[in-house]
This record gives sequence, C-alpha cells and structure tokens, in this order.
Amino acid sequence: MIFEKSISELHELLIHKEVSAAELTNAYLERIGDLDKDLQAYLTVLEKDAQTQASEIDQKIARGEELGALEGIPMAMKDNMCTEGVRTTCASQMLREFYPPYDATVTTRLKDAGSILLGKLNMDEFAMGSSTENSAYMKTRNPWNLDCVPGGSSGGAAVSVAADLAAFSLGSDTGGSIRQPAAFCGVVGLKPTYGAVSRFGLIAYASSLDQIGPLTKTVRDNALVMNAIAGYDAMDSTSVRYDKPDYTKFLINDIKGLKIGLPREYFGEGIDPEVAKGIQKCVETLRSLGAEVSECSLPHTEYAIPAYYLIATAEASSNLARYDGVRYGYRAEAGDVLGMFRKTRADGFGQEVKRRIMLGTYALSSGYYDAYYLKAQKVRTLIKQDFDQAFEKFDVLLGPAAPTPAFKFGEKSNPLTMYLSDITTVPINLAGIPAISIPAGFVNGLPIGMQLMGKAFNEGTLYRVAYTFEQTTNYHTLKPNLSGEVLARGSR
Amino acid sequence: MVVADRYEMVCGLEVHVELQTKTKIFCGCTTEFGGEQNTHVCPVCLGMPGTLPVLNREVVNYAIGAGLALNCEIADFSKFDRKNYYYPDLTKNYQTSQFDLPICKNGGLEIEVDGVKKWIGITRAHMEEDAGKLVHSGETITTSDASSVDYNRAGVPLLEIVSEPDLRSIPEVLAYLEQLVQILEYTGVSDCRMEQGSVRFDVNVSLRPIGSATFGTRTETKNLNSFSSVRRCMEYEIARQARVLDEGEEVIQETRTWDEGRGITLALRSKEEAHDYRYFPEPDLVPLVIDRQWVEEIRQTLPELPRERRNRLQELGLSAYDAAVVTQTKAMADYFDQGLAQGAEAKGLANWVMGDLTRLLNSNQCQIADSPVSAQQLVELIKLIDKGTLSGKIAKSVLEEMYASGKDAEQIVKEKGLAQISDEGALLGIIDGVIAANPQSVEDYHAGKERAIGFLVGQIMKATKGQANPGLVNQLLKKKLSD
Repeated sequence: MIFEKSISELHELLIHKEVSAAELTNAYLERIGDLDKDLQAYLTVLEKDAQTQASEIDQKIARGEELGALEGIPMAMKDNMCTEGVRTTCASQMLREFYPPYDATVTTRLKDAGSILLGKLNMDEFAMGSSTENSAYMKTRNPWNLDCVPGGSSGGAAVSVAADLAAFSLGSDTGGSIRQPAAFCGVVGLKPTYGAVSRFGLIAYASSLDQIGPLTKTVRDNALVMNAIAGYDAMDSTSVRYDKPDYTKFLINDIKGLKIGLPREYFGEGIDPEVAKGIQKCVETLRSLGAEVSECSLPHTEYAIPAYYLIATAEASSNLARYDGVRYGYRAEAGDVLGMFRKTRADGFGQEVKRRIMLGTYALSSGYYDAYYLKAQKVRTLIKQDFDQAFEKFDVLLGPAAPTPAFKFGEKSNPLTMYLSDITTVPINLAGIPAISIPAGFVNGLPIGMQLMGKAFNEGTLYRVAYTFEQTTNYHTLKPNLSGEVLARGSR
Repeated sequence: MVVADRYEMVCGLEVHVELQTKTKIFCGCTTEFGGEQNTHVCPVCLGMPGTLPVLNREVVNYAIGAGLALNCEIADFSKFDRKNYYYPDLTKNYQTSQFDLPICKNGGLEIEVDGVKKWIGITRAHMEEDAGKLVHSGETITTSDASSVDYNRAGVPLLEIVSEPDLRSIPEVLAYLEQLVQILEYTGVSDCRMEQGSVRFDVNVSLRPIGSATFGTRTETKNLNSFSSVRRCMEYEIARQARVLDEGEEVIQETRTWDEGRGITLALRSKEEAHDYRYFPEPDLVPLVIDRQWVEEIRQTLPELPRERRNRLQELGLSAYDAAVVTQTKAMADYFDQGLAQGAEAKGLANWVMGDLTRLLNSNQCQIADSPVSAQQLVELIKLIDKGTLSGKIAKSVLEEMYASGKDAEQIVKEKGLAQISDEGALLGIIDGVIAANPQSVEDYHAGKERAIGFLVGQIMKATKGQANPGLVNQLLKKKLSD
C-alpha cells in the first residue's frame, strides 16, 4: 500500500508522476479517518490545509520543476511544536485554545522543504511522561498491541509512523521521549546532539535537555529529515554553528573495523532479560558484519535518573511559570490576581505536570539548591565524562533503547516506577550526545529498539551503523496487524 | 527631628537604569518610550510558549562602557540567571537577570560634599530585562476594579548598579546619585530621563549608635524615581528608624514602599515573607565570554568623563563653579566644547552659555541639545562684540532675536541696522549738533561738573538710537570739549 512506503520511495513515485501529492495526501487522510479513532495519535488533523498544500506541490510537478526530497511528503508533528494559526496544545488543558502566531523553526524548515503537514500529534502533557497516558485529551494506543502504551512522551509521533498515518513525524526528546516510543512502536527515532536542531518554537519542558528529532520508517528517511531540520538558527542561542553534513552521505553499508562498546550498566539490573537477549542477538549480527565489539562501563549511570529528575523538573518549574492565565491559554476566574494564578494553574495542569513543578520548585529552593540542583549538575558533568572516556575507545556505544517492551495501560501507575523506566535514555540527554533507536526484533510480539549512542555531532556514524544493520535485517519492514477485526477487538 | 547626635546613618543604593539601545535585550522590538499600549511587543518579549531569548550585543557594549566609566572590573566570564517570582507584569514569571557572575564588579566613584572628597564603592553592575507596567483603572491599585498590563517596557534592557554601604548622609547620597547619573549620561549608556522612569532607585537605610562598628538592621525602600523622592524617603525613614530605636524597639528587616502622596514609607513584606527567587542559570542563553580586545574597543569609544572635563575647563581659566555648571549635562558640555572649537575664549563663552542662553532655554523649556542658536552662531555673536561691531547690551537683544528666528547674528545686525557707529566722521557731526544744542551742559562741564558729560553722552546715544560706540563717543566728546 502506498502509505507504507518510505520517503525515498514516495519521492520516486511523485517525480515519476505515478502518484500525485493530492492522492498521496488523501490516502493518508483516509487512513487517519479509518484508524485514528482507535489509535488516537492525532490531536488535530489539518485536512483542508494539507490538501491545499498538496495541490500546490502538484502544480509544481506539472510545471516540471525539480522536487526536493521532502516535497509533497505528508508528515505530522508532536503538538509541542508551534505552528502558526494551527492549534498547539502540548496535550494540556492549559493550551486547549492556543493558536501560536508564529512557526517553530522546524515548522518553517519543513514548510520550506515542501512537506505536507497532516496534523498535530498526541503526547504526554508538556512532554512529561513515558507512556502518553498523561495527555489531557486521550490515550494513544500501541498499534502492535492496543492494550499497550505507545511509549512517550512522543507517543503520537511514534504511532503515526508505525501505523502509517504519516510518512514521518517530528518528536522531541528530553529524557528519551523520541527513542523509547520509537522502540515501543518499532520505528527509527533519532535524538540529535543538543544544539543540532533549533528549539525555537518548541514549547519548553527542560531547556537544557530538550531536542527535536525525526521518527521515520527507515534510517535513510531519518537522514533525509535531518537534512531539512538540522543546522544553526539565530533564534536559538543554544543552537550550534557547525558544519552540517549531508546526512545521507553516511548511509554506507559497511561497518568493518568500527569499534562498538557495550556499557555493562545497560544490560544489568532493571533490564528485562528478554530485551537484553534480543539486543545481544543484534550485537552478534553487527559483529558478524565486521564490527569490533567489546564491553565497557559508564559507571555513573545509576545516578542519571535522580540527576535528570532534579534538573529537568527545576527547569520545568520555571519554564511553566508563564502559564498564569494573564496573556494566553486557559484562564480561571477568581476575585484577585493571586487567586486567578492559583486556580488557573490548579485547573489547567494535570497531575504529573504539577508533581514535576513541585519537585523542581523544591530542588531550587533556598537551602536545598546546593544539595539538589547543584549536586545534580555535578553528576551531569560526571556522566558526560563517562561518555567522553568511553568515546576515546569506541566509535559508538550500544544498548537497549528501553529496559522493557511496551507495557500495559495503567501498569506503571506509581510515578517512581515510571521514572525508573527511563534509565537507558536519560544519560544521553544529560551528556547532550546523539542517540538513535532502530527496530531490533520482538519480545512477546512487541517491538524492541536497539540504541546507538555517538559523540556530539556524530549522527553520521550512528546512521552508518544503523543503516548497515537495517540492510541485513527485516525488522523495519514488519507491520502491525491493523485489520478491522483486530481494531474491533482492541476497542472493546 | 535631629538624629545626628545619636545615630549614624548607613546607606547603600541599587540603581536601575534603562540602557539606551534601539531594541530590547532579547528581541528586536523597539525600546522607544510611549507608544500605544502593547504595540512594542512580539512573541519573544511576551514570553509566549516556545520562544527563546537572543542577547542583544549592544546591551553588552553599553554594560561594558558603563562598567569602565564606573571603574569596574569587566568579567571575562559572565552568565545570565533566572529570578523566579510571580507578578502579572512579568511575562514569563521569571526575570532574566544576572546572579552570581555579573558583568561588572568592584568599581566606584568619587563624590565631593562640602569640599570633602570620598570614594563610594560599587559592588557590582549587572544586566537584566525590565518588566511591563500595570495600568490601574482607578487612582491606585487598592481603589481599582481592574488592572491591565502594558508590556511595551517588558524586555527593555536595564543595568542594575549596586553600591557598597558607604554612604553616611543624605547629601552624600544625592552627590553619589548626581555623579552616577551624570557619568551614565555622558557615556551615552542611558538618557537617564527620570520622568519617563528610565532611572529607578532602591534605597537601603539603617541607623547605628554613633561609634558602633556593626551595622544596624536595614530596610529597603523600592522603586523611587526621582532625587527628591530619594531625599524625602530617606528623611522619613531615618526619622522613623530613630523613633523606633529611641523607644528601645528593634527595626524590622523588611522591604518598604514609598507613598509619594503622603510622604511616608510603608511596610511591603518582612524578611520572612521575602521572595525565594530560586535563581538558577538561564538554560536558554549561553554564558557570556568577553575577551580583553572587546573591552579595549569599548574603552576607546568612551568619551571624556565629567571629572576630566571639569579639570580641563578649569585649566582654561574657568572657576570650579563655572566648570561644574557647563559640564552639568553632556549636552551642555558638548555645546561648550563646540564653542571653544570655534575659537571662543572660555570665560566669555561661559558667561553667555550660563547666562543669557540658559535663561532663554529655560523660559522656552528647551534642552540645550535642541537650542535654536548653535554654538557656532553664539560664538559669531561674541566675536561681533569683541570686534566692536555690537555693544554688549545690543548683543543681548540680538541673541533673543537669533533664538526666535534662528538667523545668524550678522544677518540680524545688517537687517536692523544695529551695527555700532564707529565712524568718527559720522559721530563728530552728531557730537557737534549735541554740543550746539546744549550750551548749558557744555558750560557746566567746563565749570568742573563731570556729571554733565554723562548727559551729553546720553543725548548722543539717543540721537544714534543707541548704536554709537560708547567708548568712541566718550573719547571724541572729551576731545571736542577740550578743544
């Protein structure tokens, strides 16, 4: 079916006029119409806008103009990236009616690239969560098992790609929010180096950790999207002026002699043995392809979770202070200003968001700052040093993208249990390095993801290993069964 | 109430000045004062979701300039921090400011009170963004049904300058503030327009028994916006604290607010109620690294500062008083220097600038920078006097005419025929006529009545409508009478 195809395949079809952008867009819109009432990936579907955009592309094709790699390709964005005039909710009641008067830089870049925006995707409220259960609006379901969560916080972004409701999507990753759902849903998800993709217009959760990245069906698609969205942006002071490569140049089917490290902390306590076994099998594949694999250690890994939940919540407590009902978003009526602030925030935020704001406020409070926030920053430095040392010996580090496959709705109702499930992803954000999750097999019928970690601005090496692995495996070609029968059973 | 016999006052000041950049500190919006409410705003200064700050380089330039002028060290490494508190005029409910690593520190300036010179330390100066402004429907916040917020000012760059607690009297405080404002204005860092709120003062005051080595408990009164408010507030606060101490009570450490109408300070919040600002490094901005070359480049652009200027003018022969007056504002000092450059003599120029020109400017409520009479025009007028073309008295009316019309002195003199009659032939004819018409006075003169000559001179001046060169008239008349 056409909606199953990769970006590069769709591009070929478009330029050879085997399909029009309008037909392609309608195919996705139809599929969204068929499936999304059950999967609930989309918070907003932009039928008219998408069709208008598609017909413009078709005119361009008719005029015989050259078509860019993403031109006419239907995609969707996590609902924490601003889209001018298009509702952007962050899956929060607070922004139920928020229509930004500006585009995020990634939105602008994808518009410039000619991609067609199908809609905005569900997520954990303000990107706080690992299951998308914290959305104020709906629960997105894992297409591989409708009783399971899709992961989070970019749950909608992963499902839209896994269930072919979009050719690709953009997610954001603060502590694993692209890689873990990508793993749970069996798609390719990259968290780029901090500073590689502009954060302008990304509604902040934790500024020093947030990073936007692509979720795609193949490694090549991922590189194509990075080509469009990455690169310095004057609107984001933390974006880096670096020599942006053509990421597709790294799609080389050869990893002979490449040194891959296996941090033992990523295979030990807290990791589902079945998942560890599945990843070990992938390691054998890579070894057989000529990679030099050996064990290593990232000794401060166990402190990553507390450090992450102090730094991220501290920043969040400040970033989310602006939602007070004065200027935009939800406003509760009250007798005075302080009352309005309190009621607006009490009504407008969900439980997890409030929990993290309280945690972060506490961590920054006078008398606690040194013991919590400052200590966490020191741990962050140690974690970064762990990686620096490992990368003196290895080109790439490898481990599972998540400690388990997708879990059931409500299974991790204790927030602490949920936080602990981020153990394999948060160290990467603390270190600011890039990491990719790629389909790596199945455990109990659910996909698992292999995570490759690289040096800062070395996305290319990750793509090379991921691409080589993808060429010798078929995991990425397997599709969840979304027949009417399955959906009917699931929705009961 | 006299307290100086019992207590010594200790004061430190925080001064917030708006920097005179064209655009705001973190976005491209204009910093222009006025403007319809909420028109000088964009998603960034409104703190809308997803927007990010980008530091305006010009703000750093100004901060470095101010720091150098205030004898501060300029930090190689400095950073921004978030100061978290909730208030509707704050678009993000945090203010991006600088906490532990300010751009300027360890400076100071010299003041002089009653001939005594004193160094006042400046602890630090840091960059931050201004907040918006609440607009109340009624007179005050308490009598209003509703308030709206104007964010035009949100994101205007500020420099907060914190002094050491080195000030011991109200005259010292006022001298410090005058010096500070003058230096900032001179360096072009701020226009220091107090009526527009571009300078605001927080005043920390405490009293201690005379001879005590430790400081007393202080209060901080926030947001004063004129020198006179500072003075009145301090007078009130000193008297209030003295009363508390006299009664054997303790001064409460608290933040107070100044009620301009009633002339009193009021408790705003106690130490216990003080905000916990939860400062932490601003993650949306990278640290600011300033290399020495940047600092030196700014140093090269700094103008001559008030003190250096006063010294130079005194060397040109001005009295200390005159030098202080003509350097009061940079605009006046620049005007004066332009006059000197046109070849004017310092003392004569000072008399005209401080006298007639200032009077005309004041009565027309005009700033010297906007003077309709340029320094060059004024100097040309003075030269006409020096050449004997104009008398000092007529020159005053010519200046008024120049001020009103913008014309050059020479043009006015020509048009109105105001040039002094220095033509001996012409004057002799008139003198002959006057002598002939006033035989009695001539007789009186010859009889030794010196006063009679004054009458005759007056008659000659009258006949020439005041244009006769009085020196020449005297000389010629005496010669004629003794013939």
